[in-house]
Order: sequence, then structure tokens, then C-alpha cells
Amino acid sequence: MDPIIIFHAGIATGTILLFATIGEIITERAGILNLGVEGMMLIGAMTGFSTALSTGNPWLGLVAAMLAGGLLSLLHGLVTIHFQADQVVSGLSLTFLGTGLALVFGEGLSGANVNTIGAIDLLPLSYIPVIGPIFFENHSPLVYLGYLLIPATWYYIYRTRPGMHLRAIGEKPAAADALGINVYRLRYFYTFMGGCLAGLAGATISLSVSPGWYSTLTTSGKGWIAIGLVIFAQWNPMRAAVGSYLFGALERGILDLQAPETLFFGLIANPVFSNPNLIFFLKMAPYLLTIFALLVGARAASKQRLGAPAALGLPYIRGERGL
Amino acid sequence: MPTVIFEKRVDDIPKWLPFVTSMGSVVIAFVISGFILWLLGGQPFVVGQYFFEASFGSWAVFSDTMVKATPLILVGLACTVAFKMKLWNIGAEGQFYLGAFAASLVVLVPLVPAGTPKPIVLLVMMIMGMLGGALWGLIPGYLKAYFNINEIITTLMLNYVAIQWNNFWIFNSFSDAGFQMTPSFDKSAWLPRLADYARQYRFLSGMTLHLGVVIALVATVVVWWILARSRWGYEINLIGDNPLAARYAGLNIKQNIVLVMMFSGALAGLAGMAEVSGVVHRLQERISPGYGFTGIIIAWLAKLNPFAVIPVSILFGALILAGREIQPSGLANMLQGFILFMVISSDVLLRYKIKLVRPTVQEA
Repeated sequence: MDPIIIFHAGIATGTILLFATIGEIITERAGILNLGVEGMMLIGAMTGFSTALSTGNPWLGLVAAMLAGGLLSLLHGLVTIHFQADQVVSGLSLTFLGTGLALVFGEGLSGANVNTIGAIDLLPLSYIPVIGPIFFENHSPLVYLGYLLIPATWYYIYRTRPGMHLRAIGEKPAAADALGINVYRLRYFYTFMGGCLAGLAGATISLSVSPGWYSTLTTSGKGWIAIGLVIFAQWNPMRAAVGSYLFGALERGILDLQAPETLFFGLIANPVFSNPNLIFFLKMAPYLLTIFALLVGARAASKQRLGAPAALGLPYIRGERGL
Repeated sequence: MPTVIFEKRVDDIPKWLPFVTSMGSVVIAFVISGFILWLLGGQPFVVGQYFFEASFGSWAVFSDTMVKATPLILVGLACTVAFKMKLWNIGAEGQFYLGAFAASLVVLVPLVPAGTPKPIVLLVMMIMGMLGGALWGLIPGYLKAYFNINEIITTLMLNYVAIQWNNFWIFNSFSDAGFQMTPSFDKSAWLPRLADYARQYRFLSGMTLHLGVVIALVATVVVWWILARSRWGYEINLIGDNPLAARYAGLNIKQNIVLVMMFSGALAGLAGMAEVSGVVHRLQERISPGYGFTGIIIAWLAKLNPFAVIPVSILFGALILAGREIQPSGLANMLQGFILFMVISSDVLLRYKIKLVRPTVQEA
């Protein structure tokens, strides 16, 4: 129950959620709700693992995973942007499709050994007491990439001109169109970017954080948790980072509850220690936490009058009266 | 070069068109999946023939197909009811597990004294199954109605919770001598099977089809009646089509969200009851190979028409039955994914007329 170990592990697993959550934030900011994150992550995890296996190069695996996630998301883009299909159902179908494709192409991959992306220390930051061992020591390079991604996306969304266009096509696509912004093309682009990041999240699992291909158990609902975190984060990358890392740490901390014999510094006997079957209740924790995070997010939204991008989930049809 | 133009449909959709697009989607999904199988070095035609024989080849296997179709009809209806109101209940899987759990309590606790006549035991199990599923629908429904929390995520998260909940009880209190399942139920808690009548009618021997299929068919008629003929159904349709108009008409939307989620959950819970009482006869791990998720695809492919849910469920029952023995094991999943994707893509044909236009030659 060492807090440093728990937070260290939380950062590592939180990075998976971070990539997927930021990807979904970018997509949703453009007004496209993509519920296929779980499917794109699975495709990414499988493609990354399989590519690393055949080429021996895990970095190539990452690139392939991003492309695979992005390509799958373009299917969602096609049916929602051009065919104006319901975004909820299309996203669900992407989850089914991604899962099915990953299972078919991933047949026989489980148990294989690949070159994974190993952990490194980030010198000299790792020498800082407490912070160093949690954030900068013995982590996958992808974790450090995550640290860069957070401020970069924040800056892009809120401080740059293309970022303003991104927000515009998600809030008021007709107005953006009138200003000469190509709504369709940008929506495709940001859907693709979201898919790439979801694919990266998947490959982060299978190539670095907990290497291997374990069919649908590889992600076990993390894609859905990421969609929940987007709402908790109020579509803000900074809040997404806090949510993802905290979520990772809480998940790990709760699972660690099964180890000690007593809780609260020896005050009470640990019920999970005496009855290991209670672990099933601990396993519910991430999913209940997600619902709790949604509650928190919904309350914050109603207080600060924040919320989803106004055009989220709505098709934009040029020349029709809309938003 | 002729160009393709999309022209918005202003007239009514021809009655036959949704049927044709759904069928076409299934055919295209099969073709694409076959192509992928061929790319991976498989023999699509051999597999296709096997698919057909393993699910429709004889009365005995058709009976097995119907056994798989039974829970699918019920979860398909569960999704249909919720989707009509644009409530995205993707928690039928969890509601199925809770229904199975609650129905099993009747035998395991037990809630009825030993020696209770079979019809009463089964009736109590059905009621408990529906209550269990309804409770699992109530939670996301209440959170959606009164806290405006996205039901897609809550229903999905509760699926995982329900599975762990079931695991706890079958590993802990109701475990059969340490095995990861409960003891087999008393015969009085078994739904009657066709094979039970094999002594009178010899050809029924070995047929596993159980009374649950009748429950599912009755449920179909009930759901159709509610949606198409009742006042409540009218409210559900109105809220789904135009929530703003529904609010101006003074309908209680919050209350309807909770009620529809509970109704949807109850149908999925009933499927769980039918599965434990008609097929496995005990509570154990993995009683559902993802029926709840397949229900979503079924509801959509049936265009939210309760009667269309029946043939679509039989098709998917066949897929699940035959898919168990086919390599690669994810083939049935992939096929389901392609089917749903094709169905929603083909919806564009319902909204637009697609025309080929030859450019008119400009005369000089």
C-alpha cells in the first residue's frame, strides 16, 4: 500500500486513458460523437502488437496502431458526416466492428513474445524527491509523450487559430461555414485524429504498459471509461489529464486493498483479506467510479454553465436551417 | 461522365425499401466477411455451408437455433422499446445477468417452499427475473432523468458491475461445493422442453427448445401492442420523435425515461430468467455470450419493429450457434459488426434518392 507505487502505477495506466480521452475530446469538439473508442483501441492494440511481432519494431507497431484506429474512425466519419447517420448507433457499430476485426485478425496472437517499449528514467527530473519517483522514473516513453500532449492540445484548442476553427465547427457549424471554414473536411480530420489517439491508447496497452494480446480483455471497457472521462473533463484536456491519472491511481489503489491484513493503520481487520471472494466488489470499482465521475461532471457543468459542444451529435447539412 | 447526386426524399419511403436495405446490408456484410476470411486463407464457401448446416440443417439443430433465438428476441425487444424513445440502453447484458440472478434466488434462497407446484415456481421466477432487470434499468434511468447523466455510459458500466456481482454470489454464497457455479436447480424450476414429451411423440427426443420461446413470442405481441396501440406507446413514440413537442404537450418526460428504462430492463431480465430456467438450470459464469449487445444490432436491423425482431433474432441465433465452432473465433462478432455498420450506412437510401445524372451537352 505504498502511495508512491500506487501513484506510479496510476500514471502508467492513466496514460492509456489520457490518450483515448484527449482523442475523444478533439473529435467531440468538432461536433462528432464517436462511441467507437473501445473498438478503435482494440484494433490499435491488436495492430500494434501484430506489427511489432512481424517487424520486431514496437515503434513501427505504434504507427500502425494509430493508422488502424484512424482508418476505422474514418468509417464513422463517412456515415455520420456524409450519410448523416445517427452518431450514437454508428459509434456503437464501430465498437462491434473494431472488436470483431481485432478478434479475427488477432487470432493466434495471444501468448506471442514481442519487443516491447521498455521503461526509462527521465534524467535529471527523476532525482526530485517524491515527484521524481512518481512521474519521471521507470516509466514508458509514452507516459512522457502524454505529458507533452496535455499542454499541446490545450494550447491548440484554446490559443491557436485552427483550434478556434475546431471549436467553431463543434459549436456553430453554419456560422463557421459562412466564414469559409470547410466544416466537412475538418470534421473528417478531427475524427481521424481522435481515431489515431484511440489506436495509440490501445497500442500503449499491448506494447508497453501491460504487454500482450488478451482479446477483448486487453481493453476491458477502458474505451468506455474514456468516453465517461470526457464528460468529467468538460471537454478540457487539462481536466482530462487530472481525471485520467487520478482514475488510474484510484483503480490501482482499490485493487491493492486485497493485500494488507488490516486497514486504517491496523485499526480494523481487512474484510477482503479474510474473504478473497470480496475481490469481485473491488473489481466493480472502476466502473462505479466512472458513474461517480459523471455525477461530478454533470454537477460542475450545471454550476458553471459549461457543457458539451452545442452541435455535438448533430449532422451538419449545408444549406439547411440548423444551429 | 455521369455524376451521382443525392436528392432529399420528400415523398414517403416505399414500404418495401427498408426491408430491401436491411436484407441487402446482411448480404453485403456476409460478402465482406467472406472476403476477409478468404484473405486470411480460409474457405468462405465451406464455412458458409457449415454455418447453414449447423443451424438450419435439421429439425434438431433448428431447435438449438431457436433456443439461442429465445433470449435474443427478448433483449431485441428490450432495446427496441428503449431506442423508440431514443434512450440508448446498451445495458441489456447487465440487465440479463441481474434477471438471471434474481430468478435464481427463487430456488437458491429459496423464496418458495419446497414442493410448490411447478407453474407457481416458474411464475415467481419470471416475476423476479423481470424485477431484477427492471432494477438494473431503474438506476441509469433515474440518473438520466433527474441528474441528466448520459445513459449510454451508465448502462454500459453497470454491465461490468452486474457480471462481478453475479461472480461474487456464485463463487461465494451459492457455490456448489467450491465450483464456480450454483447447484443444479430442482426440476420444478425448469421450463418445460420439447424433449420432455419425447415419450408421446418420438421425433421430439433430444430437442432442447423450451417454453421460453412462447414467453418471447407473447412478449413480442405485448410490446407491439404497447408501442402501436396504447396511449403509453404513443407517448414513447412522441418523446422519441420530437421531445420538444412532447414537452409542450405536457408529457412527463422524466417519469417516462424511468419507466421505459425499467420496462426495457424487465424484458432483458426475463431473457436471463428464461436462460437459467430453460437452458443452463443453474447460475454460472458467462451465461450470456453477449446476448445483450447482439440485442442492439437486432433492434436496429429490425428497424425497431417488434415483429421483425423475431426473424432477425433467428438469424443471429443461428450465427451464435454456428459461430461457436468456427475458427477464427471472432468471425461471428465481425459479421455482426459489419451487419450493423451496413444497416446504418444503408439508411442513407431511405433519406435520399440517389440519381445518376448525365451532364447535358451544351450546344454551341
